[in-house]
Amino acid sequence: MRFERREHRPIALVIATPLIAIAAALVLAGILIAIVGAPVLEAYWLILKSAFGSRLSATETLTRATPLILTGLAAAVAFRARLWNIGAEGQLYLGAITVAWASSQLLGDLPGIVQIPLLLFLGALAGMILLLVPLWMRLRFTVDEVVTTLLLNFVAVLFVSMLIDTVLKDPMAFGWPQSQPVADAAMLPKLLARSRLHLGLGIAVALAFVLAFVQSRTVFGMQSRAAGLNPEGAVFAGVPLGRTLVIVACISGGLAGLAGAVEVMGVQGYVTTELSPGFGYSGIVVAMLANLNPLGVVLAALFTATMFVGADGMSRSLGIPSYIADVIVALSLLTMLVAVFFTQYRIRR
Amino acid sequence: MSAAFDIIASAGLWAAVLRIATPLILGTLGALLCERAGVLNLGIEGIMTFGAMIGWLSVYNGADLWTGFLVAALAGGLFGLLHSLLTVTLGLSQHVSGLGVTLFASSFSYYVFRLAVPVAGTPPTITPFQPIAIPRLSDLPFVGPAFFAQTPPTYLAIALALVLAYVIFRTPLGLAIRMTGENPHAAEAQGINPMVVRYGAVIVGSALMGMAGAFLTLSAFNSFFPTMVQGRGWICIALVVFASWRPLRALLGGLLFAFFDGFQLRLQTVLGGAVPYQLFLMIPYILSIVALALMARRARVPQALMQPYRRGER
Repeated sequence: MRFERREHRPIALVIATPLIAIAAALVLAGILIAIVGAPVLEAYWLILKSAFGSRLSATETLTRATPLILTGLAAAVAFRARLWNIGAEGQLYLGAITVAWASSQLLGDLPGIVQIPLLLFLGALAGMILLLVPLWMRLRFTVDEVVTTLLLNFVAVLFVSMLIDTVLKDPMAFGWPQSQPVADAAMLPKLLARSRLHLGLGIAVALAFVLAFVQSRTVFGMQSRAAGLNPEGAVFAGVPLGRTLVIVACISGGLAGLAGAVEVMGVQGYVTTELSPGFGYSGIVVAMLANLNPLGVVLAALFTATMFVGADGMSRSLGIPSYIADVIVALSLLTMLVAVFFTQYRIRR
Repeated sequence: MSAAFDIIASAGLWAAVLRIATPLILGTLGALLCERAGVLNLGIEGIMTFGAMIGWLSVYNGADLWTGFLVAALAGGLFGLLHSLLTVTLGLSQHVSGLGVTLFASSFSYYVFRLAVPVAGTPPTITPFQPIAIPRLSDLPFVGPAFFAQTPPTYLAIALALVLAYVIFRTPLGLAIRMTGENPHAAEAQGINPMVVRYGAVIVGSALMGMAGAFLTLSAFNSFFPTMVQGRGWICIALVVFASWRPLRALLGGLLFAFFDGFQLRLQTVLGGAVPYQLFLMIPYILSIVALALMARRARVPQALMQPYRRGER
């Protein structure tokens, strides 16, 4: 048995790939649910119902999808250029704490219309800087950025933990380590009354469209793809490799920093070390499920958020640990990898 | 300054160094073996988590400590098989497959743990490995408690570093592994099957990672809790580069690293209050990054690392 590269990739197959992958992940996770003796179909039905069954739960799922779209885009942009940014989690935290610091110490008195864009920019800038360090190490010392970005995640979270324990600690929080809140004017407007759904979703979706355009219609989009597909060839064809990677890193780190900023300004108003339940890492899965397509990221983030929000509700009624959501999401990454492989290759005997 | 000297002169630090080093040594050896055959295994963080969980759970359910250790190794091997299927047979991106294995193995660990152990105020504990003092040698000042009064898995880790160094550099099998990592096409021309070598190296390497995790719950601590691996796997990946893909240097690197970590932990208690503890906790990660920057240029990377091998395709 061996694998043979397909000459043509049927477009229907490419579109169906994520769906096949998700179905396969659900079957595999279903086995884990069945082993416990719980009804599999009912569990999945409850996940759907808990994620979309009511106005509250549906808005909650969309709220959860918001940072996932941004971290998913961060991973998709970087991976396309073969810049392995696994540091979205740390960049998210740095963006979040920057916003909390800037609004509570510096810009709090400015009106929202000025303050909000300024804060979003600062949050993105913080994420950019955190990714430029590993990129510089790659270009200067040929250090693989996977390990450095992963390690910086821990440094960033500890840094945030230190700040909210000391200089940025909220004295009104009954001793809990949490940052001082951002000013009221810095909170993003709600998209729907009586819900947590905020403008961040609009920003995230709009950015997905912008990126889709940039990647398919601009010179930079083509250069970043070339840098990923064949770096030597790209250089030979006149692509400024270093500069392209720096811009890619700025976009990717910026998006991840923005995810943190938006989460603080849209939902909580302050930073704790529990701000992100792994949004940065889930973003990798989101990007892969979307086949690195920016518009696909929106859908993949919605799927991932559905699993996380739904599993919480399902867990309460069936007693299956809500970690099943993490298992499903992780499995869908693995099944997606295999599914993509079979759109490129076919088995020959 | 004198505080720093007191710490270095304390026997407690030296006893702690090998304890901290053991999981790093085992994990680094595992990652090193995979990479020598040309496969980057970023599954390490998740495999360590699963090893820690399943080793602990086995002992909690009545198995003896060594059985728990073995179960963790076998489970690690199974995840290695999964990683091989994805990266060797299918030739998928080793970065992404490894991260997938890590995400799956760690979330699966939490799922199984939560099923087996209901939420409780204090996590249940087991009786871990006890230190075994080697007669006479353990009475030596400093060196004694540091190297000769450790738990059995620590001695095993040191022995494994020596064995692996011998196998890689002094046996035909080691030559086959190195050739596969440098140039699988040349290896194949010599009648070596690169696929088989890679499968073997990744499975055995992942078993070592499982053992590294089990050490945490069966010797260093006595209970399991999520996120307990705390990036040790990623530090191991950095240590492989620091060690230039050599087992004995991996042993040395693990010890050096553990020395700084142990020093940092004791400095925390001395300076506690004056300096935020988070600054100390950052040190291991920052040290790893610095070590990478220092060594990356000098280290000789296995030439076929991260390149999938497909017969007849170049």
